[in-house]
Amino acid sequence: MVPDDRKYTQEHEWVQVEGELGTVGVTDFAAGELGDIVFVELPEIGSEFSQGDTIGTIESVKAVADLYLPVSGEIVEINEALVESPELLNKDPLDDGWLFKVRISDPSELDQLLDAGAYNKLIGG
Amino acid sequence: MSDTPALRSTPLSAWHRARGAKMVEYAGYTMPVQYEGTLAEHAACRERVGLFDITHMGELEVTGPGAEAWLDSLVTNKVAGIPTGKVVYTAMCHEDGGVLDDMLVYRLGEAVWLVVCNAANHAKIAAWLQARVPAVGVVLEDQTDRTALIAVQGPDSRELVGRLARLAGRGTDIDALDFYTAFTLGGPGLDRGRWIVSRTGYTGEHGYELYLPNADALPVWEELMARGADLGAVPVGLAARDTLRFEVCYCLYGHELAEDITPLEAGIGWAVKLKKGEFTGRAALQAQKDAGVPRRLVCLEITDRGIARQGQAVRQAGREVGFVTSGTFSPTLRKPLAMALVAADAADGPLAVDVRGRDLACRTVPFPFLPARTKGDPRAERPLSA
Repeated sequence: MVPDDRKYTQEHEWVQVEGELGTVGVTDFAAGELGDIVFVELPEIGSEFSQGDTIGTIESVKAVADLYLPVSGEIVEINEALVESPELLNKDPLDDGWLFKVRISDPSELDQLLDAGAYNKLIGG
Repeated sequence: MSDTPALRSTPLSAWHRARGAKMVEYAGYTMPVQYEGTLAEHAACRERVGLFDITHMGELEVTGPGAEAWLDSLVTNKVAGIPTGKVVYTAMCHEDGGVLDDMLVYRLGEAVWLVVCNAANHAKIAAWLQARVPAVGVVLEDQTDRTALIAVQGPDSRELVGRLARLAGRGTDIDALDFYTAFTLGGPGLDRGRWIVSRTGYTGEHGYELYLPNADALPVWEELMARGADLGAVPVGLAARDTLRFEVCYCLYGHELAEDITPLEAGIGWAVKLKKGEFTGRAALQAQKDAGVPRRLVCLEITDRGIARQGQAVRQAGREVGFVTSGTFSPTLRKPLAMALVAADAADGPLAVDVRGRDLACRTVPFPFLPARTKGDPRAERPLSA
């Protein structure tokens, strides 16, 4: 399931842009590969990072995966529901399981991201 | 070019794939790590019944009039003198007291024994034994490649095992099985059709392990799935096998046990009988006991947010005092827990785990995290330690 209303990264994250804000999550493929997600560590609101920075982790029963920032900017909101219910990331990674919102500082970085077709190819879809 | 030997499969590998299992390489075998999901499989085993393909385990048959004394001289627990049908959990140690492997030893007959070792250590143990077989009186035969092993674990395991056609009329025998006993159908020595029905397991639940000829594995597995449908029986992968054993604090070789860890340090001193007579490693273990066991396995609850993982450093007031042997999020207790091997003089103080550069605070909790229900009422309420 790779909807074409957003952009993707090689690290299996998605970013959906609305004005200057980007909502970031992990793809259906990534959630499936990780298995049951039991812990999410998200960046602090108000912190600023550059594209590609490691800004958090997702842990399943067996594995740890780093979260990367797909586009530079300031973290303006995090999905608090994930703290108590990390399973949202498995149940609905593309919607209720979103991770955080970033105020995008350089929209041109979005051009480096993959579109749905390219991401689908990446995961062998 | 790498020269990777072909992965071994079990008689059930094709079934696992058809069922959509995620397969991984483990100890030279391709094995199912999960089917629907680790948490659901874990819960099914705790609450109902789960089926495990653990055919990768090593089975070494030891026969002959000298088998009893010879085996007893190689393992830490006492196996000499046990009655037919008894199973003993034991370590096998190096001369220096380090653990070569932990294993089950079955007495299947007067002079028929079975050693069941970990898949990852199978070649090592087979070679260790082969090098020490006396010229007379003991015959060692590796039965691993012809033996399938299916574990049926969980509160409904007794009901499900009793529904197998091959065990029809054996209800009394099944009910008579105490924890760590077994009976054979056919045998006791290996014949082409021998089954071993064993009241053992690695989950902390009431359960059975069925040793079968390869040819019986698929029909029996399918029969268990079909007859267990109304019980909610599900196949369980290696990931949940690990979380299940972890919660009840059963040692896993390569984690709590290793060649540089003694059984006294790993908390299985109850399986070391220093007074039984000479055995490999006895002198070293006696010396360690006399001098004071330097490290101790502790149970930790991570009170900061984060999950400790194997290999991470354990610190006390900034001093490194040990390392995490196993750590994960406990599906039953719903919190991050860890076992760690720490310096004995630090074991009772406050500890922190270095999780990727951050020291997370821990609380030492009583052993085990979750009490086993292997004996008595399979659905007994459990007081939770953590």
